[in-house]
Amino acid sequence: MRLARIMTATALSAILLGSAAGVQAAEIWVTNEKDDTVSVIDIATLEVTRTIPTGERPRGITFSKDFSRVYICASDSDTVQVMDPETGKILYDLPSGEDPEQFVLHPNDRHLYIANEDDAVTTVVDTETRSVIAQINVGIEPEGMAVSPDGKIAITTSEITNMAHWIDTETRELFANTLVDSRPRHAEFASDGAELWVSSEIGGTITVFDTATQAEKGKISFEVKGVHPDRVQPVGFEFTDDEKTVFVALGPSNHVAVVNAETLEVEDYILVGRRVWHMAFSPDKSLLFTTNGVSGDVTVIDVAKRTAIKSIKVGRFPWGAALRP
Amino acid sequence: MRCLSRFAGRLLLGLGCLTSVVSEISAAEIAVPMVYLKQEVELPPTLSNLDPVPDDLGRTGAELGLKDNLTTGGFLGHKYSLDVITVPVDGDVLAAARTALQTSPFLILDAPASALTAIADLPEAQSALLFNAGRADNALRGGECRANLFHTLPSYQMRADALMQFARSKRWDTLALISGTHETDQAFADALRKSAVKFGMEIEAEKAWVFDADMRRNAAQEVPLFTQDLGEYDLLLIADELHDFGRYVAYNTWLARPVAGSEGLRPLAWAPVVEQWGAAQLQSRFEKKAKRSMRSRDYAAWAAVRTIGEAVTRAKTSDPQTLRSFILSDAFELAGFKGRPLSFRTWNGQLRQPIALVTERALATQAPLEGYLHQRNELDTLGLDEPESACSAF
Repeated sequence: MRLARIMTATALSAILLGSAAGVQAAEIWVTNEKDDTVSVIDIATLEVTRTIPTGERPRGITFSKDFSRVYICASDSDTVQVMDPETGKILYDLPSGEDPEQFVLHPNDRHLYIANEDDAVTTVVDTETRSVIAQINVGIEPEGMAVSPDGKIAITTSEITNMAHWIDTETRELFANTLVDSRPRHAEFASDGAELWVSSEIGGTITVFDTATQAEKGKISFEVKGVHPDRVQPVGFEFTDDEKTVFVALGPSNHVAVVNAETLEVEDYILVGRRVWHMAFSPDKSLLFTTNGVSGDVTVIDVAKRTAIKSIKVGRFPWGAALRP
Repeated sequence: MRCLSRFAGRLLLGLGCLTSVVSEISAAEIAVPMVYLKQEVELPPTLSNLDPVPDDLGRTGAELGLKDNLTTGGFLGHKYSLDVITVPVDGDVLAAARTALQTSPFLILDAPASALTAIADLPEAQSALLFNAGRADNALRGGECRANLFHTLPSYQMRADALMQFARSKRWDTLALISGTHETDQAFADALRKSAVKFGMEIEAEKAWVFDADMRRNAAQEVPLFTQDLGEYDLLLIADELHDFGRYVAYNTWLARPVAGSEGLRPLAWAPVVEQWGAAQLQSRFEKKAKRSMRSRDYAAWAAVRTIGEAVTRAKTSDPQTLRSFILSDAFELAGFKGRPLSFRTWNGQLRQPIALVTERALATQAPLEGYLHQRNELDTLGLDEPESACSAF
């Protein structure tokens, strides 16, 4: 019964989105950091349908706007690979700077902002000319990347320097640096760009900034019953469509928190696999897929019921996740 | 332009976004001069020449910490510097410390325990912050503690407790111990004995390493005989902190038993095989700089410099006493690539940290092991806990 509903929803969204590849089931693409592969999960059947080889240590993954290309950070190959999602063939490699970990595609569908973890640099790559157009010095071990919806601000967070670095995408220079708690990992704009959210893994918090003033306007802490606070380590997080709810991966606490984005109160904790890292929604956002690094699987969460409904075995150390509708 | 308007009040000339931020920051400029002070010591010769002690042991860790601090400081207008002073074996370490304290209230020290307490007792050091990044003596965390002396290297007791938790979780409850004669061997052996009591284990047999033959040639003949009368045991502990004889024991014991302690499975603050929790990045940054792998003393020196950096960043001051209070408060946490935040024990200034249990090739596990609970922090199951510590200076 459940499955039937999901399948209908998926099929519907595929039609609505008019996928470039024609009618096909929506998929979640998961990078396996220690297997040098991508596992492709069919959302309708919740099974892995393909395992595609990539460069070394694939982490960040994102699709182009029309989903005709998928970009993959192959960290240890020091490159961003561009793959045809239809065939799984690598089309070409983009220059990326050293050790690309995580990246974000600018709303112009053309510029990739890449965090170079080993190099304290953010690299901007033009995916059309396939060239580096800027490198911006940031704090040590940059990781989290975000671009505001209007495309004017890019954010890099640095794990050692413990900052969110605010980049003016026009001048490609830093215009602000704001401290957050220890080991920032992930950044996202919210409220149509009016807020910036940054998770701090070791600090155990999410800091919410007012974009206009770069002032801190709120902070979220987490408390998982039976887990020592030191092990509650927020990493990836995703907003629901209405932006009223946020799902936060809490790393080695093996839980995902459900946060009310307006009150910043934590409403629920969902037990998932071990060392939960990043997440992606199904097209209608009824399902959430979490990558669990240590257990090597993906947990499927029923968003409405806020419960885990299935574990799907993928490769070793799944890291990033992206939706291909 | 949004940023321009924000800082317009502070702008003298319309120089643009970046300049405006820098001009705001320069108002709050803070200078943080640090000194890495090392007293060289004479080490007795060891049987093997395989592992020379690097000349830059500890120092390069401090320098990497400085680099990390400088990057953060660059965005905040905080200026860090690090002077390195090396005192020769027969040199006057107290005079060197006095000189250092004239320019800096932040000393990272690698010196014998007696020198550490003497430096901490200097009148010039009373308002300073000293970090012991080179000595594991339990007494420095106990009766010989000083209010101005923090410890980033784990104590012998922390390392022994880590190993004992592992042995206990394996049900390797019956132990044998071979210890060397150097004072560091004795100190580690002593910690292992205390730890065995703490975790309800039995050290059934003990022997001192008394050979003066060259074991590189005849370990295969001598060690089986030497270990034959240890009787039945599950795990053979080796206290050989100078790495003189321990390497010849494994695989040559009379009984087929694992070896741990200074050899075999080793409890350490840091080792090249630690790669989880983002550690791979710290390792690669260190290796790029030092052209060798990172060791425990490098890590301890790095952690000391980073502690100062983290405290200055958060407390926005270079006043040592304000920083001391901050470092000892709940608000302080150091991201130390060990999977959880590190902090300082308020009763003796020891950096709380997980201990890696490593072989040459891999991280076997990390202590505290699962199931070792503590009312305050699981990390406090390792080393001197508040009720056991004889430290009254804090």
